[in-house]
Amino acid sequence: MDRAILSGNEAIARGAYEAGVKVASAYPGTPSTEILENVINYSEIDASWAPNEKVALEVAIGASFGGARALACMKHVGVNVAADPLFTLSYTGVRGGLVLVVADDPEMHSSQNEQDSRNYAKFAKIPMLEPADSEECKEFTRLAFELSEEFDTPVMLRSVTRISHGKSIVTLGERVDNLPAPALVKDAAKLVMLPGNARVRHPKVEERIVNLSRWGTTATINRSEMRSAELGVICSGVVYQYVREVLPQASILKLGMVYPLPHDLIRDFASKVKTLLVIEELDPFIEEQVKAMGLQVTGKALFSLCGELSPGRIRNALEQGGLLAKVVSAPVTVEKLPPRPPNMCPGCPHRGVFYLLNRLNAYVTGDIGCYTLGFLPPLNAMDTCVCMGASISNASGIVRSLPREEQQRVVAVIGDSTFLHTGVNSLMEMAWNQAPATVLILDNRITAMTGRQENPASGFTLSGETAPEVNIADLCRAIGIKHVVTVDPYDLVATRAVLEAEMQRPEPSVIITDRPCCLMKGECRFEKGKILAVDQNQCTGCKACLRIGCPAIEWQPASDGKKGKAYIDPLLCTGCTVCQQLCKFDAIN
Amino acid sequence: MNDKVTNILLVGVGGQGTLLASEILSETFMLAGFDVKKSEIHGMSQRGGSVVSHVRFGRAVASPTVPEGEGDVLFGFELLEAYRYLPLLHAGAKVVVNDYRIPPPSVLLGQEVYPDDLADRIRSRFPDFLLVDGLHLASEAGNPKAANTVLLGAVSKRLEIAEEHWLAALHKMVPAKALEVNIRAFQMGRAL
Repeated sequence: MDRAILSGNEAIARGAYEAGVKVASAYPGTPSTEILENVINYSEIDASWAPNEKVALEVAIGASFGGARALACMKHVGVNVAADPLFTLSYTGVRGGLVLVVADDPEMHSSQNEQDSRNYAKFAKIPMLEPADSEECKEFTRLAFELSEEFDTPVMLRSVTRISHGKSIVTLGERVDNLPAPALVKDAAKLVMLPGNARVRHPKVEERIVNLSRWGTTATINRSEMRSAELGVICSGVVYQYVREVLPQASILKLGMVYPLPHDLIRDFASKVKTLLVIEELDPFIEEQVKAMGLQVTGKALFSLCGELSPGRIRNALEQGGLLAKVVSAPVTVEKLPPRPPNMCPGCPHRGVFYLLNRLNAYVTGDIGCYTLGFLPPLNAMDTCVCMGASISNASGIVRSLPREEQQRVVAVIGDSTFLHTGVNSLMEMAWNQAPATVLILDNRITAMTGRQENPASGFTLSGETAPEVNIADLCRAIGIKHVVTVDPYDLVATRAVLEAEMQRPEPSVIITDRPCCLMKGECRFEKGKILAVDQNQCTGCKACLRIGCPAIEWQPASDGKKGKAYIDPLLCTGCTVCQQLCKFDAIN
Repeated sequence: MNDKVTNILLVGVGGQGTLLASEILSETFMLAGFDVKKSEIHGMSQRGGSVVSHVRFGRAVASPTVPEGEGDVLFGFELLEAYRYLPLLHAGAKVVVNDYRIPPPSVLLGQEVYPDDLADRIRSRFPDFLLVDGLHLASEAGNPKAANTVLLGAVSKRLEIAEEHWLAALHKMVPAKALEVNIRAFQMGRAL
């Protein structure tokens, strides 16, 4: 059989293919994005982006109600958006199998919080599987669809960054071809969740979780590996791999299903070991349930509630807890170094806009995307960032708390994809209640931060086919915004004039910047300009060009006691001209 | 085949191509019959931030990340980043670094200085250190963009994997039109 090195995300996509999935929907979000980008490679699956995670899950629910196997994928915070359908889906159950993949981000490598999605499984009373490598990603995805249909339940498959973006060897299988053909079936008692019907469904949900726990006691995905009887560790997912690394002699109860827990199996394992540990990232999710069973167990007394685990962090915690002998070592240390945070790309159309917001002393309610990097120095032009779409509603709320002269400073900044995700609802509120703030929609035609995925305004679908484009300006007008202005963000004079005029306006207004992401290729509308250079004779060393924080511009100190000068790296410069417009001495040409 | 797992760290600046290089390494190790795992971070850190990829191979590999202080080989794409990640290595590790500097934001702004003695500092701690003029050698091979492949060649010489597996992985992972230049760049690195 064929073997391949696949990431967890690629393996989940492969598992969906092998499971006979017909419909898949998602909204991009690190670390989940590549699942759908790989699902699209299987022509048997109808895969598409949705404007947000709630819609993605509802598309999958619809497909399941039609009788097809359906997949929805999102990052952890996406489940918050999709929580409304999720909790009632728990009651309806499924027709075709439905799997919701959620990719958590312990350590917040690319997220605004590190919420532990396992709590959603318990909260919504549905099973959750957690794979420990790419092979399990594929196999558990297949199994999740079988469980979904057998137990009439949606199934969550939880990954974390180290699983989604880790790679390991996978054995490829065939696609199942014996699934019943989807068809419309009337079943209102199951699918119409009005109180009378829902009251009948709820006891089935409670019964289902008991049955699943019983199933988990004999299921092969929950397995005890008996080694030394001194120490037994309950763990799951990537943490299992770390435990194998650090405690090769310990007995392990490896849980493939983290909710509901297999109580009998846990009791049996606990009875065979002297000391029982739960090692898990983030919340004491397993630990609290094991304690509720009346068992003696140690967990978060040793391990942090924050961040991800690693072999080193587990070793340190065990050494401090006296469960592992201290290894004497002389670690390599290095002096403090200049940090290297992420930055907006050279030529990014957002850079000049944030420079101007800073100069205009704007108070910027921000949002989720590349442009969140506008908070970094030297731009320092973002003051709040909460969640997708919050910039506009936060601005709407903040102006209501302020005197008029302060209101004028408030600007909400949001990208095109985030605006269409949930920002559009917020703008409805702002227009409806006439909150006097300025909204700046940075329309770069794409969902840039997650790697340039299409959105409803891009004009293309996930599969690359042309599609109707949402006209953002018309949409804003239709919502009730009277003042909608479009401006070229590379033209600093024009952009400044528009910002000043709209910020002073005592009613809601929208400014749209209309230049594409500078990383777009193919049908790219971004064209490199003339590569610029600093005329060393004209440059006075005033550092005005450095204030935009462009990675292509470097300060070069002079060695002879004179003033330094700026230098532009010709390999990085895109010719966007923003620095040129800031130079008062015509030194950049 | 013994039970020893070999730990490789690829470090650099987002956008430099660490991901592709780690893919080629992983493919090579699988073709050579080993278990392989790798781990990296996508998303925010790719916007010019500091990046690290972990690649591990052996008879059986558990953790996808290299346990702290157990790195055997550091494959550095940029000097400052190579230096930053030295604490992930054990004392006898091998270090191969591209002689290339990308100033971080605070250096661009003139607030901090890019240390000019990083190569010496690395060499003083890790005697098995090779500084490679990747850009220059890649230009000689026919395309400065093949600098990572020169480095890959130099790294390959420090791992006990037959050359045929490296070449097979390159044939599989590198686009046909760039293959010839990359094979040449790989051989130049291997000769260092």
